[in-house]
Amino acid sequence: MGLFSKFIAKVRGTNGFAPADWKELEEELLLSDLGPSLTKEFLEQARKVKSENAQEALSQILSTHLSTKDRGALLGQETTVIMVVGVNGTGKTTSVAKLAAQLKSGGKKVVMAAGDTFRAAAVEQLQTWGDRIGVEVVSGKANGDPASVAFDGAKRAQESKADFLIIDTAGRLHNKNDLMAELEKVKRVVEKVFPINEVLLVIDATTGQNGLQQAKIFTEAVKVTGIILTKIDGSARGGVALAIEKELDIPIKWIGTGESEADFAHFDAQSYIQGLLS
Amino acid sequence: MFESLTSRFSSAFSTLRSRGKISSADIDATCLEIRQALLESDVALSVVESFIAQIREKSLAALPTLQSGTNQGQAIFEIVNTSLIEILGGDARRVRFAKNPPTVIMLAGLQGAGKTTLAGKLAKFYAEQGNTPLLVASDLQRPNAVTQLQVVGESIGVPVFAPEPGNGVGDPVKVAKSGIDFAKSKQYNMVIVDTAGRLGVDQELMKQASDIRDAVNPDEILFVVDAMIGQDAVRTSQAFLDGVGFDGVVLTKLDGDARGGAALSIASITKRPIMFASTGEKLSDFDIFYPDRMASRILGMGDVATLAEQAKKAFDSDTSAKLEAKFASGEDFTLEDFLEQLQAMSKMGSMSKLLGMLPGAGQMKKQLENFDEGEIVRTQAIVQSMTPIERRDPKVLNGSRRARIALGSGRKVSDVNNLVDRFSAAQKMMKQVRNGAMPAAMAGMGLPAMPKAAIKSAAPKKKSKSGNPAKRALEEGQ
Repeated sequence: MGLFSKFIAKVRGTNGFAPADWKELEEELLLSDLGPSLTKEFLEQARKVKSENAQEALSQILSTHLSTKDRGALLGQETTVIMVVGVNGTGKTTSVAKLAAQLKSGGKKVVMAAGDTFRAAAVEQLQTWGDRIGVEVVSGKANGDPASVAFDGAKRAQESKADFLIIDTAGRLHNKNDLMAELEKVKRVVEKVFPINEVLLVIDATTGQNGLQQAKIFTEAVKVTGIILTKIDGSARGGVALAIEKELDIPIKWIGTGESEADFAHFDAQSYIQGLLS
Repeated sequence: MFESLTSRFSSAFSTLRSRGKISSADIDATCLEIRQALLESDVALSVVESFIAQIREKSLAALPTLQSGTNQGQAIFEIVNTSLIEILGGDARRVRFAKNPPTVIMLAGLQGAGKTTLAGKLAKFYAEQGNTPLLVASDLQRPNAVTQLQVVGESIGVPVFAPEPGNGVGDPVKVAKSGIDFAKSKQYNMVIVDTAGRLGVDQELMKQASDIRDAVNPDEILFVVDAMIGQDAVRTSQAFLDGVGFDGVVLTKLDGDARGGAALSIASITKRPIMFASTGEKLSDFDIFYPDRMASRILGMGDVATLAEQAKKAFDSDTSAKLEAKFASGEDFTLEDFLEQLQAMSKMGSMSKLLGMLPGAGQMKKQLENFDEGEIVRTQAIVQSMTPIERRDPKVLNGSRRARIALGSGRKVSDVNNLVDRFSAAQKMMKQVRNGAMPAAMAGMGLPAMPKAAIKSAAPKKKSKSGNPAKRALEEGQ
């Protein structure tokens, strides 16, 4: 039995938790990467719960931390432009491809722009994905200007009347100012053709509290509109994403759960919250 | 790195230091403070608890003998420091070389930890020490991982053994095995085997990793882990320890911010030393991991050793020698020299990162955060908009020249004035210390881009000295 249901059963049965149980709950929340301050807040609220309606009350507590923003893709007028950003190794390129595959299977015409011109063979990686899922990839030279690749992608999407343009970008640590400035430039240049409707930040579910910092700084630079939470198929529960939702009001929109293109789904708040405590 | 941890520790200890006599209640309060700090920095809960228990016990044991002493806070601080170093791996360990070459190093880790990049960094590191490494592409899973390794290998001039195209095609165990045979036949003395990233919970891939291990019988298995990892570090490292086993740990992406927890957690749980630290995008951004340096850093004692090394790397011997010669001959320090220093400094990385390595930096966190890195670029632009004559002799800078420079560099005339004033002050100071009291490189360093507040407090007109030793050191550095 998951801890969440165990908790509810206990609260329901008796007049509450023994100190040891609270300790266990705290541990479980911390282990989910919820972070010490959100954990503390949750526990304080949970202590006030009356025993009759525990389940509803606890779900209520958790859902108050979720963003109330729409979790669907923000659509553009003609072509919807999605830029995918994040630190190194979170799974941006894979997410770009999976998202493209999902949109394509929904009957949309998609173009991907290989804007990661920095990491060795990142362009080829996206190209391989493109071939696999049958989506056109616009690319430039290795070590070229990512803004120019993104611009070409936008032009191509315009010409071919694509419904979606998804721009991959190179991984960058958020504390590298020059690289963050580069990202701003990519955005600026693309917006000469189309406005960017959606900036998705890819967060690795194994990330700890640093994820919050990542979200803060990326949002300062390019106004993040949603989160893709990846690698949720492992043992990590990605609790930091809830902290991001609470702190910055950025909704998780998609989750990546595996290596194949099918392992990609819309975020489901209920199962995510259950997962945090299981 | 570690900033948040550092500032928490700093405040915990300054409270402790301010007490004349420490009671066991003080120790408990400090322990609570440390607990919170470690949790915020993603140190695994179990590690936090045992670390705190250890600190508490050692401190309480030491307390009776301390009561008569004058500096109990310092003694507790020492206990924490020693314990940290102990957990982080004691003395730094080097890779064990095989008696009969090739020495085989196998890399394992989660997806996106940075194994392929690390393989390149490791190969470059050892090639520069006169070894002949061979990279083996056994990550046949991720699209174009093989190509990535090939590109990396080519850029550092290290051969890559890649008989299979990857992208799901080929047998990684067979590739690893024939890679070793190939290395033997061609007399490479080191083989670095890149493997596919896998999740701790993926039994099948974990089995593949242990099959590769059994096939190549590595001298070192290195567990590559992202320094940003959270509480999952425990489960993951345990899964890898049980699944493949490893001899050492490599922390990657250590050039980011506020992350240190993973280092403590993994070292503590697996009892394996952290051997290398990977700190940047370039293939040369890689170093041996020094537990003592990391511990000092966590405790806000700074990382002067690393700073000195980076400075040595950035200020290549030519530049330094030239400056020294200038100094010796009694010539003035000019804006041209200043520009060279600025350029060398940008090579060292961000100023806030550099300043963060100085002792006491934890307490200056706010200033460091507000540090405007663009200031260096803007200062460079101003100097670059000057003619050679102006750079050598700023005295010729009249109003119209200054207006032209402002226009050329896209700055305001007041910015130009500001720079010239600060430069003249520095020049004057350089003359005073010509006797060799201060290395030229250091004197120049504080000049260009201090946070506004620091610039004010350090301006020559105002003679006040900071009571904070670290701050004072910085001010004097100006």
